Amino acid sequence: MDMERTASETDLFQTDRRKRPMEKDSPFKKMAGAGLRRRKALQSAVFFLIRLAAVINGAALFVILFFMVKNGIGAINWTFLTQPPIDSMTRGGILPCIVGTLALSLGAIVIAMPIGVASAIYLNEYARPGKVLRLIRLGINNLAGVPSIVFGLFGLALFVVYFKMGVSIAAGALTLGAMTLPVIIGATEEALRAVPDTYREASLGLGATKWQTIYRVVLPAAMPGILTGGILGISRAAGETAPIMFTAAVFFTPVLPSSIFDEVMALPYHIYVLATAGTEIAKTRPLQYGTALVLIALVLGMNLVAIVYRSHLRKKMRN
Amino acid sequence: MLRRNTIERSMKSFFFVIATASIAILAAIMVFLFAEGLPIFETVSVTDFVFGKYWYPTFEPPEFGILSLIMASVLVTAVSAAISIPLGVMTAVYLAEIARPKVAEIVKPVVELLAALPSVVIGFFGMVLVAPFLQRVFDIPTGLNLFNASLMLAFMSIPTICSISEDAIHSVPNALREASLALGATHLETIVKVIIPASISGISTAVILGMSRAIGETMVVLMVAGGAAMIPESIFDPVRPMPASIAAEMAEAPFRSDHYYALFATGVVLFLFTFLFNLIADYVSNKYRQVGEASL
Repeated sequence: MDMERTASETDLFQTDRRKRPMEKDSPFKKMAGAGLRRRKALQSAVFFLIRLAAVINGAALFVILFFMVKNGIGAINWTFLTQPPIDSMTRGGILPCIVGTLALSLGAIVIAMPIGVASAIYLNEYARPGKVLRLIRLGINNLAGVPSIVFGLFGLALFVVYFKMGVSIAAGALTLGAMTLPVIIGATEEALRAVPDTYREASLGLGATKWQTIYRVVLPAAMPGILTGGILGISRAAGETAPIMFTAAVFFTPVLPSSIFDEVMALPYHIYVLATAGTEIAKTRPLQYGTALVLIALVLGMNLVAIVYRSHLRKKMRN
Repeated sequence: MLRRNTIERSMKSFFFVIATASIAILAAIMVFLFAEGLPIFETVSVTDFVFGKYWYPTFEPPEFGILSLIMASVLVTAVSAAISIPLGVMTAVYLAEIARPKVAEIVKPVVELLAALPSVVIGFFGMVLVAPFLQRVFDIPTGLNLFNASLMLAFMSIPTICSISEDAIHSVPNALREASLALGATHLETIVKVIIPASISGISTAVILGMSRAIGETMVVLMVAGGAAMIPESIFDPVRPMPASIAAEMAEAPFRSDHYYALFATGVVLFLFTFLFNLIADYVSNKYRQVGEASL
């Protein structure tokens, strides 16, 4: 025993690299080695779980898309896209829903865009840090957190009943506009922040006023980012159901809307109605998948354009 | 020159007035919710409304107790948080710390697109595909239940949790990372003991906002939760969270009847829940703001 221990102790002082593996015999080295191995093994295990989490998230999107495309693609044809529903909505197309959703989301953006962009200009260009700014930001954050069904109640009480607009495109678009506002403000602020301060300084240095600088220099430079926000806003408004349930959308209307005070059909509400309250829920399943697929294509298409364009802008900004 | 100054000043006031629109809308939401909701308390006391166990709005005499609806909302949110917090935060850690930049550039848009899926589509998916699957696998009477709704809600709140957490983790100064690694900590130890504590305020904000999104989400719980207005005994019981109750019943409630007022009052309770969540999130993110190394 003694002999062995002495041997290993002397080995510790050997400089010959080939003999290094002998160090493992040292009780200290053994502990440290095992500890490091254990720590590395733990790291691999946890990193595996973390990668798994990311994979699950990605898979969720693809599983949903896969089933929607697989089951919905068969329902989609020219008639489906260009005809109104017939036979108590068990056959026919979804044209009125497409028209209604476009009218509602475009209306919402027409309302939210000017207010949102102007708000963002104030927040980013004019406001100084302080209580007022803090309060406005708190208001925007809380508005962004209001549940969609509460927007529906709000639209019902204010626009439909109080302003006597009735169930109409106008009431729905105003409700959706209020809901989209924080999205527009956020996107516009990001776009304004990305404009380098040197642009502003150069313009002010040439004798332009603040407003001239904003109007002629900052806004044009930020325009692509602002438009991206607009696209995201439209797609958000197009996909919402709860805010339009009481304010704009109806089960069925045979005619296309002719004024903004007409009630409409809408894609998201149509899916809900067919899937839960239609006359023959099982029989219209293909129509439900088809409608869902059209809505997904519309919303994800717009989002994809906005996301790709924005990451392109961000890269350009960084260089 | 004078004219220029007048224009300048009026532009600033103009933008300020418009910037207060968000507060005005928020105030209008509160005013109209309360105006249409408070009349129910002439019929039912606040305590009976909030803690009453029986929701039979169309019976004679009607019962307006929303405890089972509140419980349903809270439970659905809690179960979904148990799924979405680990998945969301882990994905954020993956994107900010582990993934190679090229991979992260692909995974990030995928998570963003998950957020963009309309809620009615997720509800529809849960109803026609997940529900039968759960029913078969767990051998339960209905697949439309608390668990299914929580699962769908989790995937709706993951993008919120993930993207805000990722921003927080990204803004941890590199010096902290390097110091920890230089002391011999592994990458995992650095993440757990340095990076997450340094970004915990951002991660908490993310979690609160994610839960706020889940409790307010309507279409998913309307289509997937099963709709039974009772306090659940198991995770596979059907439930009727507050948004589902409002969405399902408003169309049939006679205008300005007790039922109509009760639904608006339910909206008030729901609004207060999310308002509270948002105030806490705002407080946390301001109070414990990340200021470089100082936050450790």
